[in-house]
Amino acid sequence: MVKKIFIVIILGFFAVMLLPLAKDFTPFQELSPVAEKYVEDGPEELGSANLVTSVIVTYRGLDTLGEVAVLFIAAAGVGFFLRKEEKGDKTPKRGSSQILQSGTAFLFPLILAFGVYIFLHGHLTPGGGFQGGVVIASGMVLLLLSSASAKINENVLHLVESLSGASYVAIGILGLVLATGFLDNRFLDLGEFGTLLSAGAIPLIYSFIGLKVGAELVGIVNNMQKDQS
Amino acid sequence: MTLITILGLVLIMIGLWGMLTQKNIIKIIIGFSIMDTGVHLIMVSIGYLKDRTAPIIDSAVDQANAVNTVVDPIPSALVLTAIVIGLAVTALMLSYAIKLYEKKGTLDINEFKELKW
Repeated sequence: MVKKIFIVIILGFFAVMLLPLAKDFTPFQELSPVAEKYVEDGPEELGSANLVTSVIVTYRGLDTLGEVAVLFIAAAGVGFFLRKEEKGDKTPKRGSSQILQSGTAFLFPLILAFGVYIFLHGHLTPGGGFQGGVVIASGMVLLLLSSASAKINENVLHLVESLSGASYVAIGILGLVLATGFLDNRFLDLGEFGTLLSAGAIPLIYSFIGLKVGAELVGIVNNMQKDQS
Repeated sequence: MTLITILGLVLIMIGLWGMLTQKNIIKIIIGFSIMDTGVHLIMVSIGYLKDRTAPIIDSAVDQANAVNTVVDPIPSALVLTAIVIGLAVTALMLSYAIKLYEKKGTLDINEFKELKW
């Protein structure tokens, strides 16, 4: 009973605290000064058609590096908690249904290609490294579901993850040396606005982010799946 | 005051209520996810400007007049970050849940008394 009263009090406090946001908040009529600068100068400065991408990869690139680091730490934590010694007594598991197997054989390459498409076109269309990586990981989940004996080569996974992470930082430092700042994309030619090979190093950076995120999420799923077997 | 902001607040309250009242660890994690979604909705709604389009320069958005046609790109970028972090944190919490279940054979939060005061 006391607990319930406490819960009601806490919820009430939160509601009162958040109420002004709902009551007094008036939607903005125009962009904030920072956003205005990004929208006005972004396309010419960085050559990226997708302004969200130019904010994430370049203007706020350091934050994204931190985000990738958080994701890495979380993946490492999952791997740490779910690590398991290989045991010999594995009972054979029932295979999945024919529909799932045939569907996976058909869809898996398409899903991978779609993931790669999303992170390669991050500077032109909605999407980018994180979304593309998640799509690739979802394809891998389908593969793991469809065959009980499927094993993902962890060495390859770790290699892809470390290499893409290191390349991401290396490109950032290249920007520092060859252009004006850390993660500056302008050390490569900006190219023609709106085409695939444009926006300097942004497609390159987003590809490495995509590979890294994909490898990390596949690692998480792989650890969880191993834990169940 | 916009509808999306209010919906986001409602989601935050639902998530918080779920985290405080539920006994099952999985349900607590679900409550966290709902609260997370509410926060994302509020952030997106703050960046939204009425009758404007996505901040991508293409045939629909004239580059010279982009300042008056697109929504704020910064909250979108922030939410993108927040979604990924939320995913990572949820995965970590679920792996805790798996370990706790292996240890005690139950997911009832009341059975875990070690840190109770």
